[in-house]
Amino acid sequence: MLKVVEINNLTVQYPDVKALDDVSFVINQGDFLGIIGPNGAGKSTLFDSMLGLNTKYKGTIKFFGKDIRKSKNYLKEIGYVPQKPIFEKNFPVTVNDVVRMGLRNESDENRIDEILQQLWIHELSNRRIGELSGGQQQRVFIAKALVNNPKILILDEPVTGIDQQSIELFYSILRELNSKQKITIIWSSHDLDAVNQLANHVACLNRTLFFHGKSEKFFSDDKLIKQYSEASMQEHMHHH
Amino acid sequence: MSLEILTYSFMHRALISGIAIAILCSVVGLFLVLRRYSLFGDAIAHSSFGGIALGLLAGVYPLWTAYGVSIVSALIITRIKDKYNISSDASIAVLLSSGIAVGLVIIGFSGGFTIDIFSFLFGSILLVSVDDTVLILSLTGAILIVILLLYRQILYSTFNEEQAKVSGIPVEKINYLIVFMAGITVVTSIQLVGVLLISALFVIPNVTAIMYGKGFKQTAIISMSFSVFSVVAGILISYVFDITPAGTIVLLSIGLLAGTMVIKSAGLLSKN
Repeated sequence: MLKVVEINNLTVQYPDVKALDDVSFVINQGDFLGIIGPNGAGKSTLFDSMLGLNTKYKGTIKFFGKDIRKSKNYLKEIGYVPQKPIFEKNFPVTVNDVVRMGLRNESDENRIDEILQQLWIHELSNRRIGELSGGQQQRVFIAKALVNNPKILILDEPVTGIDQQSIELFYSILRELNSKQKITIIWSSHDLDAVNQLANHVACLNRTLFFHGKSEKFFSDDKLIKQYSEASMQEHMHHH
Repeated sequence: MSLEILTYSFMHRALISGIAIAILCSVVGLFLVLRRYSLFGDAIAHSSFGGIALGLLAGVYPLWTAYGVSIVSALIITRIKDKYNISSDASIAVLLSSGIAVGLVIIGFSGGFTIDIFSFLFGSILLVSVDDTVLILSLTGAILIVILLLYRQILYSTFNEEQAKVSGIPVEKINYLIVFMAGITVVTSIQLVGVLLISALFVIPNVTAIMYGKGFKQTAIISMSFSVFSVVAGILISYVFDITPAGTIVLLSIGLLAGTMVIKSAGLLSKN
């Protein structure tokens, strides 16, 4: 199996806290990896490091066998959907404009229509992004992430503040991308049930990686689930 | 209004330069407004005041020193802002006041040259020479070409810096490029509306155009049209009534903004 991502001994030390401590794992081509962990577990730090937004880390991160410190070319193969895309509500761009921003090869005009149709937002093409609902906006950002036909799709807790119907549509889109188009998906989520339904691998993160493997294995092990729930609960109380 | 004024060659130069500046300010200004950097043009203009005073003192054509001083100080303040994490509005205040301060001190040393300074403060579009017009047209052309070539990168990094970075766009370089282009645009436009009213050309047509709820290119075209209309009508009206062009141009564009607001509150535009 082809390794698309290899992370070795990844440690990120912030001035007051160690965000990630000696994390190592491998993601193979075609994996649908659900990354779970409580708030402050280091999921966003992990993504920032993988995407080149945080360069102050120890250890190595390789995409397609190449160290990301040496070349940024791997970014061409990645589609990224942030947790909550920040933009001005009145920003004068349409759905079509937003998806076009993601398009590297600007002559590839048809690809925009194609991806808008695939995500059921074709009719919204000329609407301003700020006028859409949260679920619709999210599909626009997935379309932008997919418009270059990436090999890997990275999503950071992408269902925060979105209605149930849109969440279900979103999950069915992810499933299809992974099973039919063979896109490797790396997805961080709070929703254990959803991870159980969708992901074929699970990484359980709480500063250190305390589980990584097939999702059947994680979800059939009551001890692991209990451990995870307790950690989340503690973290939850810590925060309030 | 007599059509005779359209036959004067100084009027041709004024209108041609004015239209070029209107288009340039509207396009560069759109990116500044969307980056919440609306007053940056104003700050650069004020720093150019220092440059103009320097030129007058040294006996160099003041716009040349204004270009130098404005561009360099805009780039420096951007660097300082990033390095020391100063907010945009505070960095604008620093740039704005230091330019005026430098200008005032230089004027003090030179014993004052109030007549020349006046035309820089309020513009002197009817006095542009053929050389000025050629310079204005070339700079406008050059900046518009750069923006067209890097359109996707500039728009994307304005829309969301982080996502643009992940898409491999050199966001920091693009930011400096915009500051650089804003510096050139401001000094070029000083001849039209002067140091004090520059930010009106950057901001008002764009705030108006954004209200129409359209996509990016249409918004830019609406903004340019309003800007060109205000400048052309402003130059002609001010000549006929013998009033200042700068003030007339800015009041006309404020009129368009007010009109758009009325149309919008009457529910005739999409509600965004």
